[in-house]
Amino acid sequence: MSEDKKTIIVFSGDLDKAMAAMIIARGAAAMGNEVTLFFTFWGLNLLRKPEPVSVKKNLLEAMFGWMMPRGPQKAKLSQLNMGGLGTAMMQYVMKTKNVPTLAEMIAEAQQFGVTFIACTMSMDVMGIHREELIDGIELGGVATYLGAADDANVNLFI
Amino acid sequence: MAEYTLNCRGMQCPGPIMQLFTQMKTALPGDVVTIVVTDLGFRTDIEAWCRKTKNTLVSLEEKDGVITAVVRKGE
Repeated sequence: MSEDKKTIIVFSGDLDKAMAAMIIARGAAAMGNEVTLFFTFWGLNLLRKPEPVSVKKNLLEAMFGWMMPRGPQKAKLSQLNMGGLGTAMMQYVMKTKNVPTLAEMIAEAQQFGVTFIACTMSMDVMGIHREELIDGIELGGVATYLGAADDANVNLFI
Repeated sequence: MAEYTLNCRGMQCPGPIMQLFTQMKTALPGDVVTIVVTDLGFRTDIEAWCRKTKNTLVSLEEKDGVITAVVRKGE
């Protein structure tokens, strides 16, 4: 099997962009590649557990937590969202066309050994605590990403 | 030498190569996997997948929107 490596910075929390990232990640894993995903800023919301987690937060952190989407089920299209109608239509079409949901794609990527890293600085700024993230996530900073990116032959920013 | 068949009809990209990858992990060198796919991108995908994973594409056929590929596991 090939020993190539791929890294993707998942900056966006948009449904369509996250899907593109997860399709590339799963495809690369199926090519035998070692894949590292680095989740930062809005992308972090994709790793949040769908249910509220009780953690101690200050007012600003709590407000950010309320305003931002919790988990992949809440992700919206970057275009044609139309107050959620466009996203609902897209999710319906995906289901009829046998496309896995974003949450299923994330779970499948984890099963295939894709490494998920949450950016600790973004977590701190956005007031997201480790307990609020799904299991199997590593925490890291930019050096962690750069270390992986240096060894990889494809680095994407999505 | 074992033979396997994967029915990936209706499955979207990259589902078929994920199934194939999983099957190949348990297969031995020389084993043959036949995979049936309806995603038309699979035609070029399977060529790239075999090239990058050092497996051999034995045959590739497309008939009525159904692609059948036969892949032999490499050393």
